[in-house]
Amino acid sequence: MNVNDAIGRSLAGNPVFASLSEPHKELIAGCASLKVFQAGDIIYREGQPADQFYLIRHGRVGLETYVPGRAPIIVDTLREGDPVGWSWLIPPYRTHFDARALELTRVIEFDAACLRRKMEEDQAFGFAVYQRMTPIIASRLAAARRQMIDLYGRPNERGVAWR
Amino acid sequence: MAVTATLPETMVPRPYLVDRVTADVSDTFTLVLKPQYGTEQFAFRPGQFNMLYLYGVGEVPISISGDPNDPQRLVHTVRALGTVTAAMQKLKRGSVVGVRGPFGSSWPIDQAEGADIVIIAGGVGLAPLRPAIYAILARRERYGRFVILYGARSPKDILFSRQLERWRSRLDTFVDVTVDRATGAWHGNVGVVTGLIGHGGFDADHTVAMICGPELMIRYGVLTLIDRGVRTNNIYVSMERNMKCAVGFCGHCQWGGNFVCRDGPVFSFDQIADIFQVREL
Repeated sequence: MNVNDAIGRSLAGNPVFASLSEPHKELIAGCASLKVFQAGDIIYREGQPADQFYLIRHGRVGLETYVPGRAPIIVDTLREGDPVGWSWLIPPYRTHFDARALELTRVIEFDAACLRRKMEEDQAFGFAVYQRMTPIIASRLAAARRQMIDLYGRPNERGVAWR
Repeated sequence: MAVTATLPETMVPRPYLVDRVTADVSDTFTLVLKPQYGTEQFAFRPGQFNMLYLYGVGEVPISISGDPNDPQRLVHTVRALGTVTAAMQKLKRGSVVGVRGPFGSSWPIDQAEGADIVIIAGGVGLAPLRPAIYAILARRERYGRFVILYGARSPKDILFSRQLERWRSRLDTFVDVTVDRATGAWHGNVGVVTGLIGHGGFDADHTVAMICGPELMIRYGVLTLIDRGVRTNNIYVSMERNMKCAVGFCGHCQWGGNFVCRDGPVFSFDQIADIFQVREL
């Protein structure tokens, strides 16, 4: 199987982009290449220009933030099928967290500048990409807010005491 | 003429001895009880609870967390939250505890036969679901895909972690765990437990889901399952309210038209959907 076949198959089976039309899949695939990260590899660092984004074909990626004097804090983990990074869609195109491969991770890497240019030129394509990425951004925002609530903190002693 | 009032059996605590106390996670512990007199077996259905009475301190409702196929051992997992449960945490082998029960409704173990099963638990909410997990694993061949999803605050707060590992090592059970926060020493998932639902690989049309944990987690869990196509009458939740008498008499746990102690704690979501979002209840 050549690289283009592998990218095509991955896109066809990806929960986010599988529903793109074939011409749009070809457009997105034209900005893609395959890449492998070993466990522990940094994929990108917080604050860097968001020049790439990734779809995980296999493996897991941790999003981390760095606090001086402490071990890196993992804020989210992503896995097969998940996009890694959305900062490439939103000015000023700068990453918000470190992304690290937690195990051997195979991805499709997209050239963000290439994609943005195609999205400008073909706005139906641009809309289709935003339509698929925006729910991801929204669900991650909601999940991050839920994590902040401290759901499992101590309630008072009423009702059933096992929770 | 003298009048003798007889209390119904459900109102009289039976004395049990603490056989073992195990510290689980920071503020949570498990009590294994056996009858003080005789060799009574304690039959219950997964999801039911007992009223545990610490003489001279008070009585609290605690879900049964043991194996329904092992009625010799009455097991409760308790989170020390207030006066009674904090005192229970100090119990030693041989201490006496009063037991009333079992009370309440149960997880739909029999009705779910033939379906995929999704268990979603958060924090100590895994304890009331553990009997259901035991029951399903005891007759595993009668169910489709079996998915256990568990969320905890941090890696050190994961309840029954060895058991989760054992269940995960089975080839017929999918177990996924996530925590809300972790440092680099943790190699598992980070994120909310509802984020695991999409990776469960179950057939939404033929799935029975059972959820227990903080009410907010239940709410998000139910919404995510509905978004995935699971029918509301196939989603079961265990609710928590202020239970006192446990027999639907005192009214402390009234929730809309239900008494949680008698009509619950396990409800199918379509039973309670109309009152679930009522904030005043």
